[in-house]
Amino acid sequence: MKSATASLRLSPPLTWAALPGLIARHRVLATIAFFAVFPWLMPYQSLAINILIYGLYAVGFNLLFGYTGLLSFGHAAFLGVGAYTAGILIGQHGAAWWWAIPVAIAVGCLVALAMGLLAIRTRGIYFAMVTLALSQCVYFLVYQLPASGGENGLRGVNVSEVSLFGLHLNLLDPMHKYYFVFGFVALAMAVLSRILASPFGGAIEAVRENEARARACGFDIERTKLLSFVLSAGFCALAGALNAIHLSSVPIETLDYATSGLVVMLCLLGGMGTYFGPFVGAALFLLIQDLASAWTEHWQLYVGAVFVLFVLFFPKGVWGTLLERIRHDR
Amino acid sequence: MDGITPQLLALQVFTGLALGAIYVLLAVGLSLIFGMLTVVNFAHGAFFMLGAYVGLFAAEQTGSFWAALVIAPLAVAAVGMLCERWLIRPLYGRGIDYPLLLTFGLAYMMVEGIRIVFGKAGLPFETPELLQGATNLGFADFPTYRLFVIGVVALLLVVLWLLIERTSFGLIVRAGARDPVIVRVLGIDVSRVWLIVFGVGTGIAALAGVLAAPLQGVSPEMGSSVLIVAFVITVVGGMGSLVGAVVAGLLVGVVESLAVLFVPEAAKVSMFVIMAAVLLVRPQGLFGRAGLMA
Repeated sequence: MKSATASLRLSPPLTWAALPGLIARHRVLATIAFFAVFPWLMPYQSLAINILIYGLYAVGFNLLFGYTGLLSFGHAAFLGVGAYTAGILIGQHGAAWWWAIPVAIAVGCLVALAMGLLAIRTRGIYFAMVTLALSQCVYFLVYQLPASGGENGLRGVNVSEVSLFGLHLNLLDPMHKYYFVFGFVALAMAVLSRILASPFGGAIEAVRENEARARACGFDIERTKLLSFVLSAGFCALAGALNAIHLSSVPIETLDYATSGLVVMLCLLGGMGTYFGPFVGAALFLLIQDLASAWTEHWQLYVGAVFVLFVLFFPKGVWGTLLERIRHDR
Repeated sequence: MDGITPQLLALQVFTGLALGAIYVLLAVGLSLIFGMLTVVNFAHGAFFMLGAYVGLFAAEQTGSFWAALVIAPLAVAAVGMLCERWLIRPLYGRGIDYPLLLTFGLAYMMVEGIRIVFGKAGLPFETPELLQGATNLGFADFPTYRLFVIGVVALLLVVLWLLIERTSFGLIVRAGARDPVIVRVLGIDVSRVWLIVFGVGTGIAALAGVLAAPLQGVSPEMGSSVLIVAFVITVVGGMGSLVGAVVAGLLVGVVESLAVLFVPEAAKVSMFVIMAAVLLVRPQGLFGRAGLMA
């Protein structure tokens, strides 16, 4: 204990070996720095935007699955509700993006509160089934909503220009659009870091590690789970709203069972319960999809096989396994 | 509400029973597998779909629906047992989420595999000649094939009940669901029982697939909607309870088809309303024991 505080005070000399620790201590800054240059690492910018948005979707899911240990198969509901709320406000009511997005997050959280109150009543394995069923219910409800456009989805979610603090972004330019999304992702990652570092962040991990013991320690398990569910939905709703602006439309498939399954895959491939893993998972998945769909239309078979192999042999995912190696070496 | 005659009502209830009967088969298999292996089989819908396709293939090759009705469950049960042995078994003891995730990935692959072999578009499945047309039940005419579905499901449930309640194998199954460790201590190879139970569960799902095929045709996506229905039924009936699966399956089927008649816009949502109500009043399900799943 003594040596740990001493090394903190002395601030260790900058060597390669110290780099992982440095990054871990400044994870928000490291993430922002990485994504600031990320578009130049990708073959084209819209792929970079997709990775940011799906990564954020997986980040929200990861808060619940990776950190709280609750496996939800209904997160498409939050992505979809966020997308539809922002889309309807912007496309049909001429709302400005700066209040459409917060409203989308709030509506996503409210839907999560209603779903969570039902789903938390069940225990263990029921949770995945109940969240899946309830998200399907959301699908049918949105489908029948006159404003949603039903089968055809929502069209005309156009935000072409953004001005903030004297900064003008033209969203028709993919690079500008990337940095618009990047701003929200940076903010979300800062919020996530704060949540994880708070006492609540400790409580959710206690619930994941041993629910009975956490209960015996005096934690209100149900409230902790519910709050984690709602916060997780907030991130996903933000991702949905950003995706609606990115695509200028909301396809009904956003609410589909497959979209709920997708985020489970992204999270597991990247590394559940890690801060940056969900982005790695999203990048991996979208790159496989991008490369494989060039030479086969049956890329899902390969993605499914990769997923099964990961469940069997690398349950910690790419990023999680990497982190374990680094920690082991030190 | 004019135009709704008692005949129409009876017909709709009956349609609901036939629909519910297929749901019951799915939920029973799901429940059986969960009760024994504590595995939530996310590939259950995919096995249902696989059963329908194998049935279609077998019916084309042999020219007989009856052969398909026997071949499909056996073939799919064999596939299911291979999956249990080589994919799911390594995951026992690693937490309850891993088998679930694995079967999810498996379903993903199975759907795409079927698309490669049989194409993306749905295919028609002909009702066997003997079962076409309608049968008069005294007060109304009912489609013969739906009657047949109800009959087959009833028969299968009786056989399953006898197997579980009246045979020594059933005794092991029931004991294994209670406490697998004690059963193992008594010198019984539980992993072999689990293998068979997984085969039986997936085989029943395949039978449901073949039975459903003439009603709705076959398509690679037919499994995912049915999976959600099966989940709703197991939640309503109580996980691991066979009686619960039967009662909840029929209930969901009948309510759904009555909703089509009275409030068509709410038909698809009706089962979720039932599920929400059950969760509020009795979270462990109608026939589930509290704390079983803790």
